[in-house]
Amino acid sequence: MPTMSEKILARASGNDKVEAGDIIIANIDVAMTHDLTGPLSVQSFEKIGAEKVWDSSKIVIPFDHQVPADSIDSANNHILMREFVKKQNIKHFYDVNAGVCHQILPELGHVVPGEVIVGADSHTCTHGALGAFATGIGSTDMAMVFAEGNLWFKVPETNRFNITGELKDNVYAKDVILHIIGKMGADGSTYKACEFAGETVANMDVSDRMVLCNMAIEMGGKTGLVEPDKKTIEYVEKRSNKPYKIFKSDLDSPSLNIIDIDVNDLEPQIACPHNVDNVKPISEVDVEIDQVFLGSCTNGRLNDLRDAAKILKGNKIANGTRMLIIPASKEIYSKALDEGLLKIFVEAGALVSAPCCGPCLGGHTGIIGPGEVSLSTSNRNFKGRQGSPEGEVYLSSAAVAAASAIEGKIVAPE
Amino acid sequence: MKGRVWKFGDDIDTDIIVPGRYLIYTDEETLSQHCMEGLDPDFNNKCSKGDFIVAGKNFGCGSSREHAPIALKGVGVSAVIAESFARIFYRNATNVGVPLLEAPGISELIEDGDSIEVDMENATITSQNGEEIKFKKLPPFMLEILNQGGLIEYLKNK
Repeated sequence: MPTMSEKILARASGNDKVEAGDIIIANIDVAMTHDLTGPLSVQSFEKIGAEKVWDSSKIVIPFDHQVPADSIDSANNHILMREFVKKQNIKHFYDVNAGVCHQILPELGHVVPGEVIVGADSHTCTHGALGAFATGIGSTDMAMVFAEGNLWFKVPETNRFNITGELKDNVYAKDVILHIIGKMGADGSTYKACEFAGETVANMDVSDRMVLCNMAIEMGGKTGLVEPDKKTIEYVEKRSNKPYKIFKSDLDSPSLNIIDIDVNDLEPQIACPHNVDNVKPISEVDVEIDQVFLGSCTNGRLNDLRDAAKILKGNKIANGTRMLIIPASKEIYSKALDEGLLKIFVEAGALVSAPCCGPCLGGHTGIIGPGEVSLSTSNRNFKGRQGSPEGEVYLSSAAVAAASAIEGKIVAPE
Repeated sequence: MKGRVWKFGDDIDTDIIVPGRYLIYTDEETLSQHCMEGLDPDFNNKCSKGDFIVAGKNFGCGSSREHAPIALKGVGVSAVIAESFARIFYRNATNVGVPLLEAPGISELIEDGDSIEVDMENATITSQNGEEIKFKKLPPFMLEILNQGGLIEYLKNK
């Protein structure tokens, strides 16, 4: 009667059975670090004194946070990482032209069900949307993984969100997860695996499930998970030739806590400054905005671009408001180009940029100044997250972002 | 350990501890210059070696950036004492040698500017009025990692 997490961690640690609370050492199937956390990981790896990584085919290194380089310092970080890739013969390296790590890992077949995936990035929990146990770690832990191929974990308990009901028009996975985080609080799932289940999740495609899992960390979750189904298998088999194993939770598990979420009457949700759990229904939010960012590992996928294009088509972005649209990967960018979405954006007056993390982390492009208000489809609205600590960040779905860009204030799509 | 307390609230995230625009730097000196910048741009100059941070719940929530505990180490914080900590930050801080002490109720008992004493072996904090507050005792291996200044040093010296 173990949970999905317990079953995956038992497999990865070579045990028949593990239970929540056990400390185990798990073999790692995929280890990811990027251009921003990579340099510290490499420096720690060198400090350990290890010469070779444990398996150069299991490490994935994408550049996504500061691409293309925006300063000599970030160019130096890129040089350091490229040299590491070359020296260690890392098989899966994606330079400045590929896209956001949490999009390209699943998209390019690096993630399959049943794996243990670690990333030097807190939103690594995204990959649980495919039924893997995926979690964010720091640079020293990553250096240990590079050297040894394994890492200690405390087996987590599970919060399983049983989500039921039909989403209204213009209500999306983003609204569901913001609603859940608002209900649970920023530490409401600390150290727990967050499983997303129920008919609403079954009806979602893989992209939308990634939105749910992506934000598990915003309530303290160790990982987000969705049990694999036909849609998962279809997605994975199209993109990966790695073997996979499907694990599902036994609902009688003593470490499983089921939380029912009814989304029938849910309206679009907004996370207000400066915490992700400060969530309000959009009808209670009346705020003028300076900048809109549509993109990131949360909502920079093709579905999001399509939803936004439907709203932006034939309209203009409000005077005094600027909109930045960043597709999350090369594949998404290319499809959006084929479908004519990028033209709609450009004609509406939006700025379309090449795949990267963009303004999400306030370190690269689209930084906001003092007193400015940003509406963003990304995952964090912390004080100073997108630039000035005197700025404000609100979070929403892609549809709300598009409708709001036209009005110059936060509004629900009609 | 004895020192002054710098007090912060709940949900202090890693963007507060080190804003994203400084993640291109990896050295302790540069990162410490921006420590807690979002709430107090002068924190680096005010904080003396050996001082403590006392905070509410969920300290260190947000990103996996190890730059955050490195910056705290750089400004000389000898321990962070909070109601609770976020998960990734907890591992990272231990790995770089910054003690995190979980002491439920601490934020009601200690004020900014107080002088406190921390006894790691006995897991007690003594307030400036002489009150004793317990924190969750760290296991011996973790104390040893912290004494050695972090996981890598610990493994090297083992």
